[in-house]
Amino acid sequence: MQASSKVLPSQRVKVSRGEIHVIKERCKQCNLCIDFCPTQVLRESDEANEKGYHVPELVEEPEKGNTCVACGFCQVICPEYAIWIEARRDE
Amino acid sequence: MNEQTIAEDKLELHPIDKWLRSERMPHIWCPGCGIGPTLYAWIRALDRVGIPKEKVVYVSGIGCCGRGSGYLDVDGFHTTHGRAIPFAIGLKLVKPELCVNVISGDGDLFSIGGNHFIHACRRNVDLLVICTNNFIYGMTGGQLAPTTPLGDRSTTSPYGNIEPSFNTPHLADASGAVYVARWTSIHVRRLEKSIAEAMEMKGFRYIEVLSPCPVSYGRRNKLPEPDDIAEWFRQSSIIRNGANTSEVQIEKEKPLILGNFVKRVGKPTFYELMKKLEEKVRGR
Ligand SMILES: Cc1ncc(C[n+]2csc(CCOP(=O)(O)OP(=O)(O)O)c2C)c(N)n1
Ligand code: SF4
Ligand code: SF4
Ligand code: SF4
Ligand SMILES: [Mg+2]
Repeated sequence: MQASSKVLPSQRVKVSRGEIHVIKERCKQCNLCIDFCPTQVLRESDEANEKGYHVPELVEEPEKGNTCVACGFCQVICPEYAIWIEARRDE
Repeated sequence: MNEQTIAEDKLELHPIDKWLRSERMPHIWCPGCGIGPTLYAWIRALDRVGIPKEKVVYVSGIGCCGRGSGYLDVDGFHTTHGRAIPFAIGLKLVKPELCVNVISGDGDLFSIGGNHFIHACRRNVDLLVICTNNFIYGMTGGQLAPTTPLGDRSTTSPYGNIEPSFNTPHLADASGAVYVARWTSIHVRRLEKSIAEAMEMKGFRYIEVLSPCPVSYGRRNKLPEPDDIAEWFRQSSIIRNGANTSEVQIEKEKPLILGNFVKRVGKPTFYELMKKLEEKVRGR
């Protein structure tokens, strides 16, 4: 693997069945992950990266049944390789 | 609500990074461009079939899509415009043990490279060719391509395109390709499976991937936002595996027909015929 000093630490968000990671510097705010998330738990955050793009964030509403189902679609559709999901090991 | 943690000290990488030249990210492609997800589907197909990195070659021509060979950590050749197929043919004939893939743009493969495409199909050269069809010359700012749908605007058809476009799966089928499919860069899971299926075959295999170009195509065709073309694909696509390729012409107001269209078994490849001839001539 070619690790690079330019790749900054990613943001990690724990969800019921896995963890969502976002490499903020790669995101270009295309909204594809948000549009195509089957449970609609991603949304544009207020936080912008150094190029001014607003990165997605995870907003679950378990009481309404809206939770990440760890389907990984955001990961395969993102044109920037900026978002991915990791199955949780510890449970 | 879930717990949020920021891992300041940890270097986190996407699963594709083991196939990527990570230091070159972010790439140059525009927000919403379909090239990134297409390449990732191809990478997952390589993983699925279990082809080791050292056997993989990625040959591209010139254009936005052509840049891909410089981003992935596999042997890659960024050839001259339109010449990816002839380059790949030579490579595969000399090193038949390699998995040789051409991934290039619609302009590259069907304008300047159109003749190479049809003759490679006809000769059944052992190659997997993936075309990211974004209906336009993306890199050079949006000129008309032979794949631009009728009526669409481009910098060189400002009043609307009057030229009928190529139906590229039909072209491949009629010219003799042994595997022909069409997906889009949002149908990434089906695309991955189709690429994997094609990788396990021999001969000339062609997959067209309809791919959003929001900047050079979308902006002139009322689809300006990064996700507009993806939304068009989602709403207008119908899947028809085994469809007659003469019926899959892309027309703007009609459904986009996707699927695995053609699979021919038993047709000898150019390499096999060449070897047979060699044996015959040498054995005389
Ligand atoms: C011999 C030659 N002619 C013309 C060009 C200019 N040129 C560069 S890319 C390109 C077309 C790109 O379109 P496409 O192959 O569809 O790729 P895209 O950028 O859309 O991915 C052209 C005409 C060139 N580089 N070389
Ligand atoms: S993994 Fe699936 S459900 Fe979870 S955020 Fe991504 S697209 Fe949505
Ligand atoms: S798909 Fe990727 S680039 Fe687009 S908004 Fe989501 S994380 Fe950002
Ligand atoms: S011009 Fe079009 S094809 Fe080229 S990177 Fe931008 S969106 Fe992609
Ligand atoms: Mg193009």
